[in-house]
Amino acid sequence: MSPHTTVRVRKSALPYLLLLPAVLLELLIHLVPMVMGVVMSFRQLTQFFIRDWTRAPWAGPANYELAVDLNKPVGQALLGSFVTTCLFTLLSVGLCWLLGTAAAVFTQESFRGRGPLRALFLVPYALPVYAAVITWAFMFQRDNGLVNHVLHDQLGLGGADRTFWLLGDNSFWALLTVSVWKGWPFAFLIVTAALQNIPGELYEAAALDGAGSWQRIRRITLPSVGPVNQVLVLVLFLWTFNDFNTPFVLFGKAAPEAADLISLHIYQSSFVTWNFGAGAAMSVLLLLFLLLVTAGYLFLTGRGRRRNADA
Amino acid sequence: MRRTRAATTAAITLSLLAATATACGGGSANGDGGSNSAPKELTYWASNQGPDIAADEATLAPELKKFEERTGIKVKLEVIPWPDLLGRILAATASGQGPDVLNIGNTWSASLQATGALLPWDGRNFDAIGGKDRFVASAIGSSGATGQDPAAVPLYSMSYALYYNKKMFREAGIEKPPATWDEMVTVGQRLSKDGKWALGAEGSNLANNIHQVFVLAKQHGADFFDAAGKPAFDGPATVDAVKQYVDLMAKDRIIAPGNAEYAQNQSLQDFAAGKTAMVLWQSAATSFKTHGMKEGDWGVAPVPVPAGGAPGTGRNTNSMVAGINMAVFRNTDNIDGSLAFVKFMTGDEEQRLLNKAYGSIPPVKAAQTDAAFASEDLTVLRETLSTSAAPLPQVPQESQFETTVGTAVKELFADAAAGRPVTTESVKAELTKAQQQMTS
Amino acid sequence: MPDRPGPRARTRPRRRPRPRSPLDPPPSFRAVRAVFLTLLTGFVLLPVHVMVTSSLKPLGEVSGRFRWFPGRLTVRPYLDIWHTVPLAEYFVNSLIVAGAATVCSVVIAVFAAYAVSRYRFRGRRLFTVTVLSTQMFPGILFLLPLFLIFVNIGNSTGVALYGSRGGLILTYLTFSLPFSVWMLIGYFDSVPRELDEAATVDGCGPLGALFRVVIPAAVPGIVAVAVYAFMTAWGEVLFASVMTNDTTRTLAVGLRGYSTQNDVYWNQIMAASLVVSIPVVAGFLLLQRYLVAGLTAGAVK
Repeated sequence: MSPHTTVRVRKSALPYLLLLPAVLLELLIHLVPMVMGVVMSFRQLTQFFIRDWTRAPWAGPANYELAVDLNKPVGQALLGSFVTTCLFTLLSVGLCWLLGTAAAVFTQESFRGRGPLRALFLVPYALPVYAAVITWAFMFQRDNGLVNHVLHDQLGLGGADRTFWLLGDNSFWALLTVSVWKGWPFAFLIVTAALQNIPGELYEAAALDGAGSWQRIRRITLPSVGPVNQVLVLVLFLWTFNDFNTPFVLFGKAAPEAADLISLHIYQSSFVTWNFGAGAAMSVLLLLFLLLVTAGYLFLTGRGRRRNADA
Repeated sequence: MRRTRAATTAAITLSLLAATATACGGGSANGDGGSNSAPKELTYWASNQGPDIAADEATLAPELKKFEERTGIKVKLEVIPWPDLLGRILAATASGQGPDVLNIGNTWSASLQATGALLPWDGRNFDAIGGKDRFVASAIGSSGATGQDPAAVPLYSMSYALYYNKKMFREAGIEKPPATWDEMVTVGQRLSKDGKWALGAEGSNLANNIHQVFVLAKQHGADFFDAAGKPAFDGPATVDAVKQYVDLMAKDRIIAPGNAEYAQNQSLQDFAAGKTAMVLWQSAATSFKTHGMKEGDWGVAPVPVPAGGAPGTGRNTNSMVAGINMAVFRNTDNIDGSLAFVKFMTGDEEQRLLNKAYGSIPPVKAAQTDAAFASEDLTVLRETLSTSAAPLPQVPQESQFETTVGTAVKELFADAAAGRPVTTESVKAELTKAQQQMTS
Repeated sequence: MPDRPGPRARTRPRRRPRPRSPLDPPPSFRAVRAVFLTLLTGFVLLPVHVMVTSSLKPLGEVSGRFRWFPGRLTVRPYLDIWHTVPLAEYFVNSLIVAGAATVCSVVIAVFAAYAVSRYRFRGRRLFTVTVLSTQMFPGILFLLPLFLIFVNIGNSTGVALYGSRGGLILTYLTFSLPFSVWMLIGYFDSVPRELDEAATVDGCGPLGALFRVVIPAAVPGIVAVAVYAFMTAWGEVLFASVMTNDTTRTLAVGLRGYSTQNDVYWNQIMAASLVVSIPVVAGFLLLQRYLVAGLTAGAVK
């Protein structure tokens, strides 16, 4: 697939017309509110001004100074939450991708029961988020939950004292488990769809060259889903990083420090404490970070460069 | 460079759009004080008071019908679940598009008052509903910042009581419920054995934590906010109060460690299942019945006070004033109708009826005399409310206080449950951190 | 199960005589596959098992010590769910909102992705990058501004977006739009351009090529994107909690009605979640045929 063979440079309005609905909607629902959010981040927007936020006094960079001042608890807490979120996101995305890709590759070939299995794998994705997470919370209860029942009562692991999963440091692992359980079917779905476009001839040719099943996966399957993977990993990353529902349902308004994800943290610093200016500033910092990561990611994975060469 | 030009164009477009959006900010054009442009209709946001939303609709529908028959005003009811209520009110405040009349949690009064979205209850407005004196003083005390006109009027009231399992007390040979904290610890240690525990707690429920340590702070003669409304979380007395509460698990060992993670009212389920002998709760009767207890299985007593005291004011405070207030949205388009509706809902007749249905106490004095509020449960709650309950700090940062200090108590419970020591220093450190997190 | 043959089978239609073909997986591969898929199935099913058994227990038992199977079976929760909250109404709302958002989002994304995949034009890169960047803003922050915009549109044009299903549909479709566009670009890019050129030679316009060649060849990708769009709208909580009222409330927030100030009806939550998930899972089952259907026979050369 050499891109330059089919490049058409046309002075046609068609591509713009095709993009128009998407552009208009993005402007209305995302970009304009986003700009308003940036404006809010420079204001002292507390409950005293929420009724008409244009009257809120300008705060200059005060909200930002508060957020990044590492000598004060607010800044320290934000940094802590940020580090936790990064670690959590790396692990969650890695595991989701691994499970999703492995499951997609293993179900690529037809075998008995493949259809139902594929549908079953999408179940975590089909359950309403609230229901799925509350069920996990139910399972992670210290005294009455399934997890401790299995670990302590049935396997006799972990000593005499039952483990807390929703408090303290273990909450990180509880959150990770729920996040992977909910997230991997998406990776599975996307990779499964991508595998469909690999021509069977490639496999046959490789097989004739003497490549075994494992080698075919490494040499054909994985490289072929590369472009989709690039987007998939980015999607999973941004999603997981911004995930609000999972920690919120699992821990309520105040997550334990070990599982204090950034979006819940920002929610607490704005909605719960009625300080929308500070929350907006934190969000803008988060946005800048994610933009940086995404730009770096796209640059490294090469798509950016190829596109530039075209234009 | 083409792309640069495109980017510039986009940037300009965006800033123009932003400017437009900024100009059309929030709020409403129709000024303050509301109007009477839609006199035949009202929108009412009710909070979820009954066992579920359908039950609330069933309870309120005939009353709204009655109101319509009397005044010709049709009330459009929406019962809003608790997790959504504050968000909906905020959105309504920011946009100016809200209901005419709404229920609010009474601890939100000062915060919402500060937004200016609620109609202030000055003398004239109070006269329209029969006067301020009709209400219990402590309930009025929980309807806005001191020194300002209340932002709402009390609708349903509640206070804390000590619920105890009669059978478990009998079996342990204990004759009466503990009246002081010392007795609580002695009795509690006799009850806590064989996998059973004396007292339940909701260690991860921030609001509940606040309610408990607020009362204990009062009993230590301290407040979490000073007279000027500034946070004062880590003084010696408040530290002692918080430590006393967490020590019930850490030192006295009368609360099961597992309670540290409770936030979904599991302590009520434990109580109903006979696993804990006591809980401190606001009118828990209906919930006990849902979980299979029968009337008479439990007893009700006032929450303990310091040794030598009896429930009263100051250091003998033994409950926060809990409850629901009713407010009028400032830019209502039917202000007279809204006042008439509040008058109707806070009238003696509706107060008796509705508080009876919801198991709460009428904040209206005249309605309290009804026989329905003379049961064992409600007598204790009613007397607590009128003699020994104090309102939570009526400051705009109340919700911030609930989050920061509530979280501090949660963390301390987590320490206690994990067997880490809870010391005066560790409590002070948590409270200092909480105080420093109070922005603005 | 009417299992469509994999792509390989289609290009090699005769596979009945089975001497060991070089494409057949060796036993080691099969063993690893079996172990992996079994473990994964267990992981997926564990919470589902908890939901099913808990939904059949009386409330008292659900809140007690965990047991693998109900001590006393009851179907009461399945009867109670309908009047504790208006579940049927929420379900219909969710279907309408998620369905409409999916259809709109997919159509708009297909057009946009086609433009990006097949044309070189000024602003192309700006578009893709901007669209993607919208996904980075935390929802909590633009919740309030978006709400204000909706209310202002309502005030100035009379189109009620706040509180209506329309507003929610509009919001959700843009939530899934960016990634739908990006993923479809990826899928479209993998459809050989020679195909639409051939179609153009045959007399199709650019849109003809899109509908006759590109879309049919990218069906699995489009289905994947549709499922993604549907699930994004189906599960969203934060915006739904502020932008709906009692007549437009969706399931995602409606389910919270089973936990009230004093009680959490665990068994009913589980029963309700199962009941509302069954149609969605059934839909997935039907769709997954198309997920593997894909390239029209002979299209790939």
